[in-house]
Amino acid sequence: MFEFFKNLDRRWVFLMMGFAVIVPILVQVKFTETPTNLARAVFNEFEKLEPGDKVLLSFDYDPASQGELQPMATLFVRHACEKKLKLYFMALWPLGPQMIDDTVRNVILEEYNEREGVTPLVYGEDYVNLGFKSGAEGVIKVVVTNMRQLYTTDSRGTAIDDIPMMDGVKNIRQMDLMANVSAGGGGTKEWVQYAVTPYPDDITLVAGCTGVQAPLLYPYIPQQLPGLLGAIKGAAEYEALVNEKYNPPVPDDPKEAAKWQTRYERYTEGVRRMSPQLFGHLLIILLIVAANVIYFVEKKREGSS
Amino acid sequence: MKRTVPLFITAAGGFILVVAYFIPHTQDWGEISLIWFDIIASFAMILGGGNLLKIHLSKVSDRGKGWAFSGVTLAAFILMLIIGLSKMGVHPNDNYPGFAWSGNYRETGAPFWWMYEHALKPLTATMFSMLAFYIASAAFRAFRAKNFEAILLLGTAFIILLGRTAAGVVLTGWMPERLSGLRLENLTIFIMTTFNTAGNRAIMIGIALGIASMSLKVLLAVDRSYLGSGD
Amino acid sequence: MRPMSLLKHPFLLALTMGLLITGCSHAPEEEVALTEPTQPPTPANLKATDHPLDKGEKIDLTWDLTEADVELIDVFEIHKAITQVGDVMIEPSFELLEAVPAKDAFRTGGKRGGKFIVDALNRHLTARELKKLDETLAGSDTPFQVGKMVYDSDGEIWDDHPTSPISYVFKIIAVGRVPQPDGEGEADENAADLLLAATQRIEPLRAESAVTDPITPGIQLFDGRLGSLCVIVLIISLSVIYFIIAARSGKPLKIRKIAGLEAVDEAVGRATEMGRSCLFIPGILDMNDIQTIAAMTVLARVSKTAAEYDAKVEVPNCRSLVMTTARETVQAAFLAAGRPDAYNENLIYYVTDDQFGYVAYLQGMMVRDKPAACFYMGAFFAESLILAETGNSIGAIQVAGTAMPAQLPFFVAACDYTLIGEEFFAASAYLSGEPDQLGSLKGQDVGKVIVAIGLLVGAAVATVATITASPAAWDALNFILDKILA
Repeated sequence: MFEFFKNLDRRWVFLMMGFAVIVPILVQVKFTETPTNLARAVFNEFEKLEPGDKVLLSFDYDPASQGELQPMATLFVRHACEKKLKLYFMALWPLGPQMIDDTVRNVILEEYNEREGVTPLVYGEDYVNLGFKSGAEGVIKVVVTNMRQLYTTDSRGTAIDDIPMMDGVKNIRQMDLMANVSAGGGGTKEWVQYAVTPYPDDITLVAGCTGVQAPLLYPYIPQQLPGLLGAIKGAAEYEALVNEKYNPPVPDDPKEAAKWQTRYERYTEGVRRMSPQLFGHLLIILLIVAANVIYFVEKKREGSS
Repeated sequence: MKRTVPLFITAAGGFILVVAYFIPHTQDWGEISLIWFDIIASFAMILGGGNLLKIHLSKVSDRGKGWAFSGVTLAAFILMLIIGLSKMGVHPNDNYPGFAWSGNYRETGAPFWWMYEHALKPLTATMFSMLAFYIASAAFRAFRAKNFEAILLLGTAFIILLGRTAAGVVLTGWMPERLSGLRLENLTIFIMTTFNTAGNRAIMIGIALGIASMSLKVLLAVDRSYLGSGD
Repeated sequence: MRPMSLLKHPFLLALTMGLLITGCSHAPEEEVALTEPTQPPTPANLKATDHPLDKGEKIDLTWDLTEADVELIDVFEIHKAITQVGDVMIEPSFELLEAVPAKDAFRTGGKRGGKFIVDALNRHLTARELKKLDETLAGSDTPFQVGKMVYDSDGEIWDDHPTSPISYVFKIIAVGRVPQPDGEGEADENAADLLLAATQRIEPLRAESAVTDPITPGIQLFDGRLGSLCVIVLIISLSVIYFIIAARSGKPLKIRKIAGLEAVDEAVGRATEMGRSCLFIPGILDMNDIQTIAAMTVLARVSKTAAEYDAKVEVPNCRSLVMTTARETVQAAFLAAGRPDAYNENLIYYVTDDQFGYVAYLQGMMVRDKPAACFYMGAFFAESLILAETGNSIGAIQVAGTAMPAQLPFFVAACDYTLIGEEFFAASAYLSGEPDQLGSLKGQDVGKVIVAIGLLVGAAVATVATITASPAAWDALNFILDKILA
């Protein structure tokens, strides 16, 4: 038995991890999240804005990190919609425009615009997708001074001058807030270095990033980066804040409650994904402890022999 | 000559861009050179595509080990290329109905969108999610409390692993407000922003100086190994 | 102070109301003061000069101001107007730029007086902006020209490379102080709020300066903000060059042993013994990344050793340009090893630009071909652990080198040897052993000394400033933050 664990085939580890992730998803275990100051800071930056204020959303990620980043992208858009802000989307990653399309479809078209008593958001008047431009920091350096130098059309090919909400928009310094969802190079770090640092008084940036990237962004908090959502944990905390403020109470009528569930379930992805993460982390701790027990037993045996 | 010209271009280009950075009139030269690079790299895609076809066609024709994978690669490459370039199934832009190719290549429901949505997206997400399995196996194999430093590392790892989940709240949420800094979720942020940041900065400073030194070696043609041997 | 609801405390509420009434009963006395806001002195001698060493975006405004004036003035309003664009004269229409507190505008020392730097001025205007300023142009529906700039009829710049100079004029308005009520305690605070509301209705007195002469911000030959960076670049560059020259003249230089680089020969040797190939992965970024260039230097050494041992080196690439460079590098290395015939360009090939597509190929290839030695050199992201763990599972000896801090822990955990950051960049010097290259490493150490001194001085000044609250220490700290680190 000891030998089995000592030389444990990694496929057993894979299997255990598979169960640790799949079971909580199937059972739909959910835990309440307590927001930390970083998530509160992101929430507060949005809350400070007034209806009609401009927010730039740069979606710098691709399908590979969608699992980790999509919940926060969804929440940024939802929060902006609830605050009735003007949404300007752009992307520094080639597959970013697809991420924008997915999020717009999921939040604006399928949920927000379908609500009763809400004025539907109109493309070009309330939100616009400026699409992808290659060059990462090169793009940032240009858009902070003259957006139209790079963006002559939106992602659909419509001329910028024909888009009502672009009238008078010259550069991103005119935005009241910038929210970035970043999976790595050509993302939050570059936005901080090339947009916020040269224009600290004009650009306020909040971001959501992958877990592995978060430690590299902590040095910028709070001066250059007032708020940061680190991985799913950050998304779940922000989700708790947004849902608490903007979700209407669950109706008593079971039919209406089911509708409510369908409508607002899309905004619980962060919390939903935290339970597999919890069990995954616990398994890793268990494996480390087990490996160390084996290590010490073996050492003791070697010592006694 | 084959060596001298590239070395001259590297040195001249590099030093000009360094000086240009400090002169307001020429500060955008760096960005322009990046655009040039993007253009050259775009043309190099043709080179890459040609090489891909050559390598995999020869593998298929030789019927070597794993030739079937090469067949799949070739089929996927050609299919995606044709669908993407021809904008197959894409409707013209509303503003330019007379132009067949004026539509958005990402149009929902078009074959390219379908390939992206149902092939590329799940495949890349699958590759990324494999990290969870590899992290578990690496942790099992590599983390050993061999000495004091390793024990410190282990303790920190446990705090972060618990603090980044609801377990942190469950385990230490009972702590009174004045001790809230010791709650696992807050301790996690403290460790990440203080110790981790300090360590990261030290590594970053070393890297920055290494880059400066490496760049100078390349610009001064002291290091020519990237063009082959140093001779 | 924690806010408390007075409605929950009837006693406090009564007390507060009482105090408010008392406060109101004193109102006539206070009103005398409220109706007499101070008359600010007129800002005299306002001058606009071009800001030195900038990109043509700043103008310095100076005017006469004394300490006594600061006591009377609340804020200075800075106003700007455009008077000329190219050869088009424009009727000035002033817009408020900023309201600066008087004490912030007051500078002490030799050049006492008021000062404000107007920042972010436009270098050129779009025709739409120009049309808003000039009525004649507003009616234009054909392309028109201003100076050297040609605009189309819709108002966009048609040919924007020549820039027409823009002339600005400025004026400042001194806004006098309005008496501020002071109150203590919670009840008084409420009374104070009422008084404050009353004062807000009182218009402060203003004094307007004369308008400056028109001025056009000029672009200088050096960007002053980058002065300290320029000095640091010069010191580090010159020290690297000095040590290279010193090394050439025969000065002995010592370099510590780097295990990861020592292992290169061992890994290639092992692959030769086992009759299997070596796999070299040069990261996933293009040739414009310095890490990829550093990877090529290691590849040169790996290839040369492989050529000498008659081992096979396979280099799958994520970028076409890297593939081309790698081919050149390996071919030259085989030539240098005296084995040009053994070079096979088909072993250096392109896979895909897609990050995970590339990883999927590498994983499959590693599991099928089981290379005996794997080298991961260059820029890596999320794929680092996937590759290193796969390599580990096939029992390959693995050497990694990267300057991506986030990926270093993964490589350290899964590889046999890891070159951490600067070790990776030192590889070519270490492997070649040439004095020239070793000298550059010594020059790099000068940079480290500068950084260490900077860290110690900065930390000491910040600590002293925080503990003693000494103005001199704060001035020093602000100088470091605003001037040196700006």
